[in-house]
Amino acid sequence: MSESKVRNKAYYQAMTEAIAQEMERDESVFCLGEDVGQMGGVFQSTVGLHARFGPERVMDTPISETGIMGVALGAAAEGMRPIAELMFVDFMGVCFGQIMNEIAKVHYMSGGNVNLPMVITASTGGGFSDAAQHSQTLHGLFAHVPGLKVVAPSNPYDAKGLMTTAIRDNNPVVYLFHKALLGLPVMGYVEAEIDNHVPAEQYAIPFGEARKVREGTDVTIVGFSQTVAKAVIAGQKLEERGISAEIIDPRTLVPFDTETLIESVSKTGRLIVVDEDYLNYGMTGEIAAMIAERLDRVKLKAPIRRLGIPGVSIPYSRPLEQAAIPQADDIIDTAVELMKMTVN
Amino acid sequence: MSATQEQKLWMYETMVLIREYEDRLAMAYFEGKLAPHIQKGLAFDIGAGPVPGEMHLSAGQEAAAAGVCAHLKEGDSVWGTHRTHHFAIAHGVDLNAMTAEIYGKVNGLCRGKGGHMHLFDTKTKFACTGIVGAGIPQAVGAALAAKQRGKDWVAVAEFGEGASNQGAFHEALNMASLWQLPVVFVCQDNNYGISVCKENSTSVASVADRAAAYSMPGITVSENEPEGVFVAAKEAIERARGGGGPTLIEAKVFRYYGHFQGDPESYRPKGELDRLKEQDPIPRYAEQLKQEGVVSDDQLAEIKAGVNRRIDEAFCYAQESDYPAREEAFQHAFAQ
Repeated sequence: MSESKVRNKAYYQAMTEAIAQEMERDESVFCLGEDVGQMGGVFQSTVGLHARFGPERVMDTPISETGIMGVALGAAAEGMRPIAELMFVDFMGVCFGQIMNEIAKVHYMSGGNVNLPMVITASTGGGFSDAAQHSQTLHGLFAHVPGLKVVAPSNPYDAKGLMTTAIRDNNPVVYLFHKALLGLPVMGYVEAEIDNHVPAEQYAIPFGEARKVREGTDVTIVGFSQTVAKAVIAGQKLEERGISAEIIDPRTLVPFDTETLIESVSKTGRLIVVDEDYLNYGMTGEIAAMIAERLDRVKLKAPIRRLGIPGVSIPYSRPLEQAAIPQADDIIDTAVELMKMTVN
Repeated sequence: MSATQEQKLWMYETMVLIREYEDRLAMAYFEGKLAPHIQKGLAFDIGAGPVPGEMHLSAGQEAAAAGVCAHLKEGDSVWGTHRTHHFAIAHGVDLNAMTAEIYGKVNGLCRGKGGHMHLFDTKTKFACTGIVGAGIPQAVGAALAAKQRGKDWVAVAEFGEGASNQGAFHEALNMASLWQLPVVFVCQDNNYGISVCKENSTSVASVADRAAAYSMPGITVSENEPEGVFVAAKEAIERARGGGGPTLIEAKVFRYYGHFQGDPESYRPKGELDRLKEQDPIPRYAEQLKQEGVVSDDQLAEIKAGVNRRIDEAFCYAQESDYPAREEAFQHAFAQ
């Protein structure tokens, strides 16, 4: 493809484009949430939609998280397709009752009678010295609760295609976007080059299909959301040191593409799971368990390694924050260490 | 404004149906648990017997449900609570399917997955939740959808005075008023949030006073009788349907049973229950209807016999229905 034919869009624009195209296609789709209207979202996730679709379809709400989630549930039960944004995933704590006990459970508790086609969106991630209450990712928390699908795209192409799928899904979908990936000048700190190619037409990426970001033979690195970018940096540097890393982006935690994971680890025999979420009882442990439970099929050459935020809240001070959040160098060190290890 | 003869009879019959149903369920609940003489204590297995789990009965709150639901039409939805059978029945939820659900049977409203605190009926548009106050913003969402879709549907949130101390209540009322949505908030003050009486939990004597904070009308129906509720609800529902926005109705009601079946109710003052029973809204309403010449003693007896036939049928249906197959536990995780 020649350079002139590539259509580049930032992540936030890709997300907004998907929402706009679905709003055009389906009158039942509407947005509500904190600052989504006139401001277009603090992270520009609904920029331009208020002017285009009007205040009734792009609704600014009070800062009432429980109210927003409850309203979205009620509207979804009555045939609408709400997209409810809470700005920071950390704020889900305010309304986790509505998410965990209501939204996640209604379909099951009703014996399959009631569907809640709705999307919950929020930004995730640290790296901006926003400290413990505005830097979490928490995708593992949502994935833990049955009844929620959990999506966290790592690039603009996926951001658009997965948003389209999320809106069309007949279940509650938690769609999380990492601040550092959005392409906003005030937020970007990812060193990796992210492919910004986004087609203009609508497309939907199925949930539960991982993307193989990089082919390799020595070690499988599973990243999610922003850690995919860090894994890419690590993969390039490892190549220079003669270590061939295969990188997998599951794209959706629920449903999870187990087969791609198993296939890759079967090939490499080594697994590093790198997450910006908390290490304990989270995604990294879950993915490690997927392999541990299949050791009859998968032959490991080294122990599994997990990188995440290890049992602390996210600190404010820049050097402390950088230490708490796994970085590309941590992935490199871990891969190098694994290459020297064996299993009994 | 007042009810027609037909509406009066419907409200009375509905109240009797609710009361007889709850009384029947109160007894059925202890089947397979323990002997009646220790039923007042906690020394029984909540999960045992054909009606397992916690049980919250609504006897004493019938007038609120009958007075409100008398005005509801097809398309209107009701969003209830853990103590919600009265509204489910008054809103027309199928008694057989509801009872089968309470028995955990496959023919239940939710195929036995919800139970008595989680009844979902898409036919009549009834939903409830076991989390105090959680249904209130959900009703606001239903009202928002009605407005967005250009329907004249009204959503009713029914809850207790205890729920009016939840943030969800305040957020929901603010949003409903801000957006002028077709929703009616029906707060039933039974004076108890589980064991804590209203005086010890609630900063206002009248929950209806809280409506002022959200620029909506707040009406108190201070007598536990259906026609007062009927009048207040008629105005509120007409206002909602006509685009005039939400209303908060506070109906004073009684809680004749404990918070849950088996509740020792040590917190209830001696003699309170007897005093409340003397003011039982059902015999009082029967007397009123007789004096107005709306019913005769014979008709009253026939109403009672009639509702009991329906209840017999519902309990038979529930008892004779099958349990779901074990595999069903792993179904309905997600919609297609």
